[in-house]
Amino acid sequence: MSNTRQSAGYSAWRAPILFAVLAILFVLEGTVRNSMFSGSWNTSLAILNMGLLSAITALGVNMQWGYAGLFNVGVVGFLALGGLAPVLVSLPPVENAWQAGGSRLLAALAVGVGVLAIAKLVWTRTRSGLAITAILIAGFVAYRYLFDPAVIAIEANNPSRHGNIGGLGLPVLLSWLVGGLFAAVAAWAIGKVALGLRSDYLAIATLGIGEIIVAVMKNEDWLARGVKNITSIPRPVAYEVDLQNNPDFVGFAQSWGFQAAEASGIWVKLSYMTLFLVVLLVLILLAELALKSPWGRMMRAIRDNETAAEAMGKDVTRRHLQVFILGSAVIGIAGAMMVTLDGLLTPTSYNPLRYTFLIWVMVIVGGSGNNWGAVLGAVTIWFLWIKVEVWGPALIGLLTAAMPDGPLKLHLLDSAPHMRFIAMGLVLLLVLRFAPRGLLPEK
Amino acid sequence: MDILNALVVFLNFVFIPAAAYGAQLALGALGVTLIYGILRFSNFAHGDTMAFGTAVVILVTWGLQSMGVSLGPLPTALLALPFGIAATAALVLATDRAVYRFYRVKKAAPIILVMASVGVMFVMNGLTRLLIGVSEYRFDDGARFIINVRDFREWSGLPEGLALRSTQALTLVVAVIVVAALFWFLNRTKSGKAMRAYSDNEDLALLSGIDPERVVRLTWIIAASLATIAGTLYGLDKSFKAFNYFQILLPIFAAAIVGGLGSPLGAIAGGFLVAFSEVAVTYPWVKVVGYLAPGYEPGGLMQLLGTEYKFAVSFVILIVVLLFRPTGLFRGKSV
Repeated sequence: MSNTRQSAGYSAWRAPILFAVLAILFVLEGTVRNSMFSGSWNTSLAILNMGLLSAITALGVNMQWGYAGLFNVGVVGFLALGGLAPVLVSLPPVENAWQAGGSRLLAALAVGVGVLAIAKLVWTRTRSGLAITAILIAGFVAYRYLFDPAVIAIEANNPSRHGNIGGLGLPVLLSWLVGGLFAAVAAWAIGKVALGLRSDYLAIATLGIGEIIVAVMKNEDWLARGVKNITSIPRPVAYEVDLQNNPDFVGFAQSWGFQAAEASGIWVKLSYMTLFLVVLLVLILLAELALKSPWGRMMRAIRDNETAAEAMGKDVTRRHLQVFILGSAVIGIAGAMMVTLDGLLTPTSYNPLRYTFLIWVMVIVGGSGNNWGAVLGAVTIWFLWIKVEVWGPALIGLLTAAMPDGPLKLHLLDSAPHMRFIAMGLVLLLVLRFAPRGLLPEK
Repeated sequence: MDILNALVVFLNFVFIPAAAYGAQLALGALGVTLIYGILRFSNFAHGDTMAFGTAVVILVTWGLQSMGVSLGPLPTALLALPFGIAATAALVLATDRAVYRFYRVKKAAPIILVMASVGVMFVMNGLTRLLIGVSEYRFDDGARFIINVRDFREWSGLPEGLALRSTQALTLVVAVIVVAALFWFLNRTKSGKAMRAYSDNEDLALLSGIDPERVVRLTWIIAASLATIAGTLYGLDKSFKAFNYFQILLPIFAAAIVGGLGSPLGAIAGGFLVAFSEVAVTYPWVKVVGYLAPGYEPGGLMQLLGTEYKFAVSFVILIVVLLFRPTGLFRGKSV
């Protein structure tokens, strides 16, 4: 594929026209009410907001795939890890949780990291497998000795309402950066192990880390209450109820011809949209600047011919690690933003289909290697993903309308939701084969 | 010390389940490793190939049961197995023709093939859901136990019981037969030798007049048979649920990589290594220790990791192998 990446040149109007078509779709969704569109601005903006977050995620994936050809199959894990940040940073502290076992918990985590570091140091010095095994076993015992009582104490603290360690009470916007940092650290650990080996290994290792991060978040109740979920994460924007009680806002809404309830929802979504757009544009600006710099040229040179780049003295593995960390950090930021938008963290909702593979379809369809392509692909595919839920059953209903009632018709009607999988797989395969450069090819 | 009881507990809760699970993983990993050896990419769709094959087997089993056909003490699914294999082989051959061949002819980078296999994974996942739905099914019939707990207690007079389910014994027997047949095929027949030659050196194989498309077709048929057998055995032993087959992908990859991708012997060793580690690490050892050291009262369950983290075990094994021996225990190939 590397030789088909560079485009033969396409019309300068292509990107603006495609974005305009997309904008028209959203306007239709907001204004026209029929069997295809909902005619509600609230729905339209809700789809757009999630689409923008998908676009930021796709941007991160595009850095890894489009700039460096790294296949990350654990996007869901990095998103989930980023989602942990708003909980740990911006929730108010839980009373007595830190007194119950906070310091012991921190000590346990420090011992865990310390043991790994010592093991690494001993290995590079002595290359003795026996010493490593002894250190790791002793370290594991010490870790569990510190960790278990701390966790039991924290989880026993007001378990019906909390039972978790709680947050720091800092602004939620700060947590977006922290989310990126969490994901970057995880990416560093994975990249250090799996990069520099054959390309499939990174895919398999990221598949594993994705599953494990989600498993940890489901089962470690002290961290974010596990499957009991965290609700009421602070918002960076106004609350609907406050707006509806504000006479100035109600008057403002009426001057535009909206009911206060509907207008407050729209206002909140517009505020989120503004925040997301700012983050997205800043990230694109940075990414574009990086791509046009000598660093970006080097990255593309490495992607297109690793051997030649290595012969020119470029440290391929180090550069891959760098871009893998950067991309994962962007995914982590998006994860934190998603949780902020929802206001709740539900670890069970992180399934790989929605949060890894759908993102991949977005990147491939949009045009790998092109940041605007990733954004276009993300928002388009997200819009279709949501609307297919409405259109799919309607289509099957239409197709089966002529059929006599019976088990087969019932089966076909029931199976409409499964069509999404087939449709997504087919889109991925078809685009990969017939239009590998996507909607907006790399320039 | 009560070594006998400790041994019975160990056999009952660790050894027998891990051996059956290991055989299932080994069969799955053999498929992955063969595809890697011949087609040179990690097939992410393998788990869903297993699911598809098993779904067909279940449907045929239901058909046979409704016609009143049964194998007596053996599960009816064994009779349905050939139908499942045929359907799965047809599906993967069609996939190869429609998807993979294009990239093979173009000599695309392996990672593109991996990505295509992710697309195939989706389509197969959707097909399985269309075929049988997302619920959980049990389809084992026939005799449930070869040794059951009560009989064993009466026979031995020990307080601890030992159970050997027929599906566990069946898994091991079938796995041994399948592996023996596969190794006979690879080492003794002309086609098997052609496959190994192609895997070792593609260009040299071409020069010797080996038809690459025939080798690839054979590989897919063998991989589909292995996947269907592994999936059916796994489903008989536990239960069938489409999503579980996606999750089993990680242990299967770990097994194939531990043994060395492309090495059939390694895949078998890797399967058992991963299975035994997984069961040993997530099993609460308190009962075994209680029999071995009667005076000792441990505080907890003596469980190293909760069962919900069993996939972490395969992952850690994977990481350790990648760190210290990236070609695997049996020196697989590297691209």
